[in-house]
Amino acid sequence: MPSFLTPDFGLFFWMLLAFVIVFAILAKFGFPIIINMVEERKRFIDESLKSAKEANAKLANIQAESERILQEAHLKQSEIIKEANATREEIINEAKSKASSEGIRILNDARKQIEAEKTKARNESKADVIDLSIKIAEKVLAKDLEKDARQKEWINNLLDGTTEKQ
Amino acid sequence: MKKLSINKLYQLAVGILLTMLPLSATYASSNKEDKELNVKELVIEHNGDAHEWHITDINHHKIAIPLPVIVYTSTGWQIFMSSEFDKAPEGQYNGLTLNKEGKICENGKPVTLDLSITKNVLQLWIVMALMLVIFLGCARWYKGKDASSEAPKGFVGFIEMFTMYVYEDIIKAAIDEKHVKFYTPYLLTVFFFIFISNIIGLIPIFPGGANLTGNIAITLFLALCTMLMVNIFGNKEYWKDIFWPDVPWWLKAPVPLLPVIELFGVFTKPFALMVRLFANIFGGHAIAISLTCVIFITFQMGIAKGASISAISFLLMIFMNILEVLVAFIQALVFTMLSAVFIGLAHQEHHQETTSAQQ
Repeated sequence: MPSFLTPDFGLFFWMLLAFVIVFAILAKFGFPIIINMVEERKRFIDESLKSAKEANAKLANIQAESERILQEAHLKQSEIIKEANATREEIINEAKSKASSEGIRILNDARKQIEAEKTKARNESKADVIDLSIKIAEKVLAKDLEKDARQKEWINNLLDGTTEKQ
Repeated sequence: MKKLSINKLYQLAVGILLTMLPLSATYASSNKEDKELNVKELVIEHNGDAHEWHITDINHHKIAIPLPVIVYTSTGWQIFMSSEFDKAPEGQYNGLTLNKEGKICENGKPVTLDLSITKNVLQLWIVMALMLVIFLGCARWYKGKDASSEAPKGFVGFIEMFTMYVYEDIIKAAIDEKHVKFYTPYLLTVFFFIFISNIIGLIPIFPGGANLTGNIAITLFLALCTMLMVNIFGNKEYWKDIFWPDVPWWLKAPVPLLPVIELFGVFTKPFALMVRLFANIFGGHAIAISLTCVIFITFQMGIAKGASISAISFLLMIFMNILEVLVAFIQALVFTMLSAVFIGLAHQEHHQETTSAQQ
């Protein structure tokens, strides 16, 4: 058998020694540390990704929620404005009707007062007419009832003159 | 533009000349000693182990790193540097000689126990030291850091990525969740040992160049480790599959046909692992050396022929080296993957899965 096909015991011995030592050292301080670290990092990245996804979902939820709230607020706002408008209209209408009724009342009052004043004035003028008539009558009487026809005319004229004056 | 390209060509030519310089020096020296170049011997010598780390010859003067020799002889333990053989007359030191295959002999017979620090042992230590530096350095980077800190960049990041590739795609794919943590350090050590040895073996000068994974003792050890791992920790299902497989009774009852085949498989699987890695790397080194030898052989036939064929050989060498880098990775991958698969098969829970995986 050629020499390169026969295993050399010396080399085998040193290989055994070196391999066992290096294997023991690397199995304790080398490979597990590297692999554990990488797997831990992988786990950390996976978890980070997961939590980021969750956060994103939450954010989307929050966004939807806020949109909903905004929508609601808008709806409420328009409702309130509508209500306010209605109330305003009502108030104005009420005020208007109140004002008109008040006006009518005042007008009526004024009319009544005017009527009263009128009656009063008429009454007063009536008294004056009576006084005047009496005075005229006195004057007529004083003029001594000379002629009947002429007297009547006279009185009528006088009377017309007084009534027209009023 | 044209000037630039000429400049580049010039640089390339100088580069090629510089890389070929040490080789031509070797050629010059060997040429004078024995006119014929024995390629077969050269290949086996370069692929084999040695008691010194030969670098080059300059003016017939050997430049090599002497390595300690530790042998048990009839007179007890002897420890000395391999350079003593060169100094001693007729290459004999304390009754010990180096035979043609580079083995230390006493009275013409190899010594009983040779624990010398050979070229491969030194290379082995360099690889192991490199592994410790790389992975302990990488692990140290994580000190004071937690999962939320940034991932490493640069070299540590590369090693992390490489380690995780092997772990996720090869080990985890073959071994179930319950046992993967137990076998991962072994399989990763094997993978990186083979890969670094293969790559360092492609470097032609000192810190590399030895044919570590192309040495049968190394691959024997690795295959033995996998075999022990599989058979020591294999579960009941695994042993039942070997001695009482789920096949028609006449295949196992009077004549235990299948159990014998299965039992044979227990040994052939690691044997195949051993031979595959050894042959691939040995072959790669053999091709690299053979292609280098082509340059010297063709130059013996004349300058013109030599130059033209050497150019082709040189291009082929570049191609082969690139291919060898790929092979270095693939062989490490294959060894680790098959080891992981064998281990995974020894931990099957359900029988159906076992049969389908074996197919």
